[in-house]
Amino acid sequence: MSMTFIQTFLPLALTISAPIILASMGGLISEKSGIVNIGLEGLMGFGAFTAATTHVLLESSLGNELSITIALILAMIVATILSIIHAFATITFKSNQIISGTGINLLAAGLTVFFAQLIFNQEHTKPFQIGMKGYTMFHIYPSALIALIVILLTWYILNKRVFGLRLKACGESPQAASGAGIPVSKMQYIGVLLGGSLAGLAGASMVLTQSIQYSGNFINGTGFIALAAINFGRWRVGGVTMASLLFGSAMTIAHMIGSSSATYIPREFFLALPYIITVLSLVFFDYIKMRRIGSI
Amino acid sequence: MNMKKVNSSKLVQFVDFSIKNEFIMSVYVILLGFFLSTVLLYLVGLKPSVMYNTIVQTITGYDFSKYRFNARYIGTWLTNSMPLILTGLSFNIALRSGFFNIGAEGQFIIGLTFAQYFAFLLPPVMGVTGIVAVIIGALFAAGWGAIVGWLRGRYQTSEVVLTIMFNYIAFYFSRWFSQKYLPGANSYRADNFPQEALLANSWFQSITNGSLLNNGLFLVIVSLIVYHIIMEKTKWGFSLRASGFSPLAAKFAGIAPVRSAVVAMAGAGFFAGLAGGIVYLGSFTFANVIRAQDQYGFTGIAVGLVSGGSAIGTLLSGLFFGLLNAAAPLMQSRGIPREIATMISAFVVIFIALSTGIKLRLGQWVIKAKNKEKEMD
Repeated sequence: MSMTFIQTFLPLALTISAPIILASMGGLISEKSGIVNIGLEGLMGFGAFTAATTHVLLESSLGNELSITIALILAMIVATILSIIHAFATITFKSNQIISGTGINLLAAGLTVFFAQLIFNQEHTKPFQIGMKGYTMFHIYPSALIALIVILLTWYILNKRVFGLRLKACGESPQAASGAGIPVSKMQYIGVLLGGSLAGLAGASMVLTQSIQYSGNFINGTGFIALAAINFGRWRVGGVTMASLLFGSAMTIAHMIGSSSATYIPREFFLALPYIITVLSLVFFDYIKMRRIGSI
Repeated sequence: MNMKKVNSSKLVQFVDFSIKNEFIMSVYVILLGFFLSTVLLYLVGLKPSVMYNTIVQTITGYDFSKYRFNARYIGTWLTNSMPLILTGLSFNIALRSGFFNIGAEGQFIIGLTFAQYFAFLLPPVMGVTGIVAVIIGALFAAGWGAIVGWLRGRYQTSEVVLTIMFNYIAFYFSRWFSQKYLPGANSYRADNFPQEALLANSWFQSITNGSLLNNGLFLVIVSLIVYHIIMEKTKWGFSLRASGFSPLAAKFAGIAPVRSAVVAMAGAGFFAGLAGGIVYLGSFTFANVIRAQDQYGFTGIAVGLVSGGSAIGTLLSGLFFGLLNAAAPLMQSRGIPREIATMISAFVVIFIALSTGIKLRLGQWVIKAKNKEKEMD
């Protein structure tokens, strides 16, 4: 039992959790600076599309490792560039963050498949030969390692560096931050763009570990799961990490069950579990908050 | 000198008029969306004229390449517009009450799931069963929306995050429920509907040369009228709008905030649920186990944002986005990727997001220019 657990469940759970962790860290940094980005899903799509396309085109000439490295970097760059739209709309123009994020999601749904049609003449990218290669006999992918590094860096920067404290100040009280001489807009731009680049990295590592091609429906809610993880993790690095791992595990169980009639608890329950848990936790914490204020 | 002054003040007047008129702003936003798509098509070496040709063909039914009229294009346009008008109403009724309904996608799914279920369950009566099944589905969707409304009103939980979560819960619930309770279900479809449960209308089909235009059209028209009457003419609508303008003032005026939230989100759920039932009982002869979200809910956000909130605005805006959806397969067949339709919607939404800032800046400029003119006089 324990051996099969280590050999099958653990590597798969880490593979599925890594993109969720990366995207939720990105979303967390952005939200800490005061800008909610519900466009995470779309930015992941741009990252996944860019990485899949780059890897297909470079794989044979540059070799697996180099091609994947370039794919990851390009995915981050493209997602960062597109998150400029969100930053510009919400910070410079003080527009509604939800409308702008919805626009990013719609844009990803259209633009990625549009370019897939132009480049490959079909509604998805051409399949690549070999994606990311796993380390060790347990096939733990480098994406898990990248996720670990990102978690530690995010925690260190947000909690131990002056930069992180300033970023959080911009989110919690922009007026006070501005009064203390912090360039609020600039900090928020950095927050949104950093978040965007991580979402791009998340999409890229997702497509390179879990698939051999990008299609329009590929991200399928992972970006929204990352949003859920941020909320369920109560906006703390440790909490968000645990939430991402929990949600990744639920998806892994659903993946391993395969078809819905195989077990007593249907597969769909595990797929919906992250969202159900998030709803319950949000309502619970808001209930506590209302109790404390005394309005219930 | 005199000439120049007249010109500049005309420009100021024009800008001033534009930013204060919602309809004109919507037209600009749509034109900008088309402009960007045209530029994009040029840049990648495709012919934008093909896009405009297919759009004109979908509106008029006249195929310029073959010199032939075919009413089916018009029927397809209306069929595509019906669900979008409804998801647009869903977004609008929530927005005007002060809530952001990102949940039309999930409400759509709940609507279609129960509409399909009741299509098999209800006694078969020609022309009635289908419509009743759709309405029952919409009532379930209203309940689904009301849960979010209640949580929002009672515990102040963000309706944006809640509705996003509820979209996916609805999606997986629908897959589980449909596979378990629809007759003959496998992982992607179930049995054919009974003939009586279809929304098909043979007269509509004959005048539109066999398009999928169906009885859902009546439900859409009734919905538009009901929406108009509720929002503009009744106490209910007034209290909803009051809560939207200023929740605190509404509360002090004796309007219960929890009830407003529940009513607004239930209404939103009802309209989106109707859309789901109409699409799945109107355009298919068999029951579906949905495999992906259809994006009607998210396009509904674009419809609502462009519409400016009124019933007539939603109708026009729904017809516009329906036009894009209907023209998309035609474009694809003529070598332009169909995703250009989604992209125009995306550009429109992004421009609407930007328009608040643009309006603000232009407004400041107008005031400055007017002051300057006064000084010159």
